Amino acid sequence: MEVHRHLDEELDHLRDSVLRLGGEAETALRRAMESLVGRDSAAARAVLDHDDEIDQLEVEVDRQCVDIFALRQPAARDLRFVMSVAKMAPVLERIADHACNIARAALDLNDEPELKNQAQLRHMGEMASSMLGAALDAFTRNDAAAAREVIKRDAEINDLYNRLFHDLIEMMAREPITATRDARLLFVAKHLERIGDYVTDICELNVYMTEAAIIKHKH
Amino acid sequence: MSTTIPTLRPKFEITSRAVLPSRETKIAVDALNFYYGRAQALKDITLTIPARMVMAFIGPSGCGKTTFLRTLNRMNDVIPATRVEGKVMIDGADIYSASADVVELRRKVGMVFQKSNPFPKSIFDNVAYGLKINRLASSRSELEGRVEEALKDAALWEEVKDRLKSSALGLSGGQQQRLCIARALAIRPEVILMDEPASALDPIATSKIEELIMDLKNQYTIVIVTHNMQQAARVSDLTAFFLLGKLIEINTTEKLFTAPDEKVTEDYVTGRFG
Repeated sequence: MEVHRHLDEELDHLRDSVLRLGGEAETALRRAMESLVGRDSAAARAVLDHDDEIDQLEVEVDRQCVDIFALRQPAARDLRFVMSVAKMAPVLERIADHACNIARAALDLNDEPELKNQAQLRHMGEMASSMLGAALDAFTRNDAAAAREVIKRDAEINDLYNRLFHDLIEMMAREPITATRDARLLFVAKHLERIGDYVTDICELNVYMTEAAIIKHKH
Repeated sequence: MSTTIPTLRPKFEITSRAVLPSRETKIAVDALNFYYGRAQALKDITLTIPARMVMAFIGPSGCGKTTFLRTLNRMNDVIPATRVEGKVMIDGADIYSASADVVELRRKVGMVFQKSNPFPKSIFDNVAYGLKINRLASSRSELEGRVEEALKDAALWEEVKDRLKSSALGLSGGQQQRLCIARALAIRPEVILMDEPASALDPIATSKIEELIMDLKNQYTIVIVTHNMQQAARVSDLTAFFLLGKLIEINTTEKLFTAPDEKVTEDYVTGRFG
């Protein structure tokens, strides 16, 4: 069945492309956090330099999705897969954008004395990275159960964010001289919290793709 | 006329969450078997078709979808050595009962075929034919009115109103097919059966037929057999998938094409069948 073999090849190619985009977003996040907690400005610049390539990858995934919709008219599980990938690509690109924002914050903060809350941020960053990695693994394996487990972890990242938010506000009140740096860290924490939300979106798309169940706004 | 709708065993539950308007049952088929000689072509088909909706039958060649369509107005009666078991109820009356009037049935259940088959007559006479032989118009002006109405309903009036006396054979393929639909509509049926009505037409003519189907469903119950899955997806509210003479799945079209319940349906609609 020649036509089906071509479609399968195109779907495999699309899967490879979106996983590459996911891998790039993962790397950007990991490097951005390294640049912040390791005070490594070269790593931060590398994240920023690489962002255009990630944008291009997103456009490429988009193009592949449009081609498959237009030329193959996928149905059922193929339709759900292409639909999920089409929605996942901008989410991954936005995660990379958040990584860029973290890298920019690192570039500002690395020239200033270190703040003690940066340790809490390291933990939050590790959690966001680990969730993103687990979400992409679950997507690769079409594993909706694993995706649901990742979604549960978003509450932990939200708790961390809330704790850090209060600590940083307290810090600003106690030591106004650190307020500018605290505010930057607060933004970093918010970026990580948003990445947790985006990882949840990816997992919800996985559940839709795998089980045809729409779970967004339901947990 | 009886309007009692029998309660048949629910063999298939439509599982989509899509909200369908609540409609009365127009056609209810129960445990239908059909045989060509000793070969069984339909096996234990049970389904209901709601009024004023479009139901599409899909499935690979030889799956029984056209045979099933033809059981709905007893078109298979003309094939020798065929046999039907089970019930086909239309508006609560069994069309295979001894007392059923086949002429009345075919007046109520019109049919449009794959290949347009206009008579070698004028456009007007093609549409007027059924009205004349059934004596459904009492005067010339009534006849003209009914012909105009049918041609308008079939979205053909504007294209032919100035040449009603010209031969129907001079129309394009798409126009001929819409003329056949107008001919079916002229006698005001309640159900229209369509057997691949656009398979021989170009995309523009196909799209006109599809638009027409969507317009007509406000007044008629439409059952369409199609090999073109995108066409089924575009025009129908409900889709039934047949395989080897069996009804595998019936679902809302949206559900069947995005998340079918049966794996074999999924394999078919994704083109990985066989």
